Amino acid sequence: MSVFLFVVVPYVCLTVFVAGHLWRCRYDKFGWTTRSSQLYENRLLRIGSPLFHFGMLGVVGGHVIGLLVPQSWTDAVGITEHMYHVAAVGGGLAAGVMTVVGMVILIYRRRTTGPVFSATTVMDKVMYAFLAIVIVLGMWNTIAGSIMTIGGEYNYREGVSVWYRSFLAFQPDAALMANAPLGFQLHALVAFGLFALWPFTRLVHVFSAPVGYLTRPYIVYRSRDDQLGSHSPRRGWDRVG
Amino acid sequence: MRVMAQMAMVMNLDKCIGCHTCSVTCKQAWTNRSGTEYIWFNNVETRPGLGYPRTYEDQEKWQGGWELNKRGRMKLKAGGRFRKLMTIFSNPKLPSIGEYYEPWTYDYATLTDAPAQEHSPVARPKSLISGKNMKIEWSANWDDDLGGSTANTHRDPMLKKIADKVKFEFEQTFMFYLPRICEHCLNPSCAASCPSGAIYKREEDGIVLVDQDACRGWRMCVSGCPYKKIYFNHRTGKAEKCTFCFPRIEVGLPTVCSETCVGRLRYIGLMLYDADKVLAAASTTDEHGLYEAQRDVFLDPFDPEVIREAEKAGIARDWIDAAQRSPIYALINTFKVALPLHPEYRTMPMVWYIPPLSPVVEVVAETGEDAEDKGNLFAAIDALRIPIEYLAELFTAGDVVPVDAVLKKLAAMRSYMRDINMGREPDASIPAAVGMTEEEMYDMYRLLAIAKYEERYVIPPAHAEQAHSLEELATECAVSEYGGGQNDLFGEGSGAPTPIAVENFQMLQDRQTSDSLAGPDGKKGRVNLLNWDGKGSPSGIFPPKGDDS
Ligand code: SF4
Ligand code: SF4
Repeated sequence: MSVFLFVVVPYVCLTVFVAGHLWRCRYDKFGWTTRSSQLYENRLLRIGSPLFHFGMLGVVGGHVIGLLVPQSWTDAVGITEHMYHVAAVGGGLAAGVMTVVGMVILIYRRRTTGPVFSATTVMDKVMYAFLAIVIVLGMWNTIAGSIMTIGGEYNYREGVSVWYRSFLAFQPDAALMANAPLGFQLHALVAFGLFALWPFTRLVHVFSAPVGYLTRPYIVYRSRDDQLGSHSPRRGWDRVG
Repeated sequence: MRVMAQMAMVMNLDKCIGCHTCSVTCKQAWTNRSGTEYIWFNNVETRPGLGYPRTYEDQEKWQGGWELNKRGRMKLKAGGRFRKLMTIFSNPKLPSIGEYYEPWTYDYATLTDAPAQEHSPVARPKSLISGKNMKIEWSANWDDDLGGSTANTHRDPMLKKIADKVKFEFEQTFMFYLPRICEHCLNPSCAASCPSGAIYKREEDGIVLVDQDACRGWRMCVSGCPYKKIYFNHRTGKAEKCTFCFPRIEVGLPTVCSETCVGRLRYIGLMLYDADKVLAAASTTDEHGLYEAQRDVFLDPFDPEVIREAEKAGIARDWIDAAQRSPIYALINTFKVALPLHPEYRTMPMVWYIPPLSPVVEVVAETGEDAEDKGNLFAAIDALRIPIEYLAELFTAGDVVPVDAVLKKLAAMRSYMRDINMGREPDASIPAAVGMTEEEMYDMYRLLAIAKYEERYVIPPAHAEQAHSLEELATECAVSEYGGGQNDLFGEGSGAPTPIAVENFQMLQDRQTSDSLAGPDGKKGRVNLLNWDGKGSPSGIFPPKGDDS
């Protein structure tokens, strides 16, 4: 069972995630957008959206550090377990609270503002459900697991993180995950569900974060497509030269 | 010198009757889709008025366009690149749908479905955004013809600038129409604001376009454009803008708005400009100098040196010819009667306007004086400071000198031509008073008053075949596809390619994608009304059902 849950399911989701993005990028560039609803409503969005997104950036950063940096490395540079714990819980909590507050505002807005709600697709709703569950479970793990230590102390850096790295290295060790508390297990599973949905939702906009803007010239020049009329030449009939 | 060509437009405001034909035909052609209901690539505003979207010209509020920083360098008014990325999650300067207007339809069905009742049923307005019943309170031209002026006009940002000098008195008002499309700027701040780099300026003809596949819906362009001529399609989540009807321009046809303009007041042609000088010109410190600075960027297409450089830059000979015959060049540089709209935004706009003399003429006519007499008109131009200052706020960043000069030229042309039309001896002192020769004045009259289609629209077709056209003779299959370059001597593919227009677009597409030469295979698509007995529908007149997937 644990092999199925913590090896098979994650790999399937990861495959869908990668293949889905390739497919979307190839066949649906036009649909690749944030689908912003700011035009409809701005007052709540102005508070909720930056809160959520900046909180989320913090959360993602925290996960990268927590999951990918082995404990031995931080030990080696002399960061004690306690120091790490305080920093991680403090930072995680701040980012988490921002995210949750932002999310609550955004979901409230989406539900109560007529035009925004009618522009919400079924896919959006499913995605919101997954996203909300992942975030709530994550917060639960932080608060109940790491601060109040309900159900005993658990050092995820010796369990979940190691499993995650083994998973990325294609040598998955399901046992590590099977021994983790239920909260962590669920968080990971629902997160993988979200990854599988990802390429088919508006979440794809994460991968178009426009960092290139910082360095490109202001005005972009491009040459006219080398074709007359509305059709590109059919395959096998491309012009020479 | 880096020569580039730019497709540009000039509109002669004296002739605009505010009929909105241009807006409607443009909408039919480009924005009659869901998500674009509120979008008018072409709109016509009554001035004084708030414009569309409301008070878009108030850049203190909307922060569109460029400004100079303390060191005199250009920067986006809404903040630089880093600032843009930090505010990407919620654009602080995006007009809400209310600033445009909430689009609506009517539930016409009640008119026919309602049960018998005492009062006739009414079709209630339904919002196209929320689907709910709504109260109509604003639209794209709500203040048309100064409608509701007493309530609205004082909010006109351009009027505010001169309002401290003269209180706006409604009874003495003047009025004219201002049709607007995207300016296809030389220094577009929309493109500069786009984080994804999806907005680009075409190298060949300078048309500014949004790459729909690269746009990610960040909406920074909407705030960045000071003319608010980029719109957010709320269904697709992508930015859309006026395309200068590039599929028509590429085959030598004028834009839809120009083609259908009732007043025949639009001119389209090429301008050659020196791309190396654009930035410096846009950074001119004195706002009043921007108009002249932009004129300096344009190159004289008759100058042999310019021609040489243009050829080096790959501009084809027929394009240089077209630039020489360009009505835009004549109006901007030869006769100097066209002015840019809001040069102070520093985007170097390329749709210019001939300011209207008619408010002045009307005032003179009302006094009972001769409204075609040069002396009267000149005196009126000098006396009517409010209209002139208002025009200057629109076209020269508030500098009345160029506006004065243009209006006097138009006035001079009026009285000079009257003498000719009355069969009197033309008075050479009239053109001389505005620094023109008689011949120039007559040429200007010709261009402004009676120019034919081919003179108003000088549009060289695009060169898709450039460079490899010669190879094509040897390498392409003899049965060339439509538009493929070489034409056959006989049969379907012979003759010059049919230009693509809205009217024949489907037909051409069908022809291009069908496998046979002379039309669809079999009977499909052929209609013979001769053997139709009048019952049912004749075969072939409608496309077969369920066949289109
Ligand atoms: S007027 Fe057109 S080209 Fe100029 S900034 Fe606005 S959208 Fe861009
Ligand atoms: S069609 Fe011509 S005359 Fe009519 S509103 Fe448009 S620009 Fe003016």
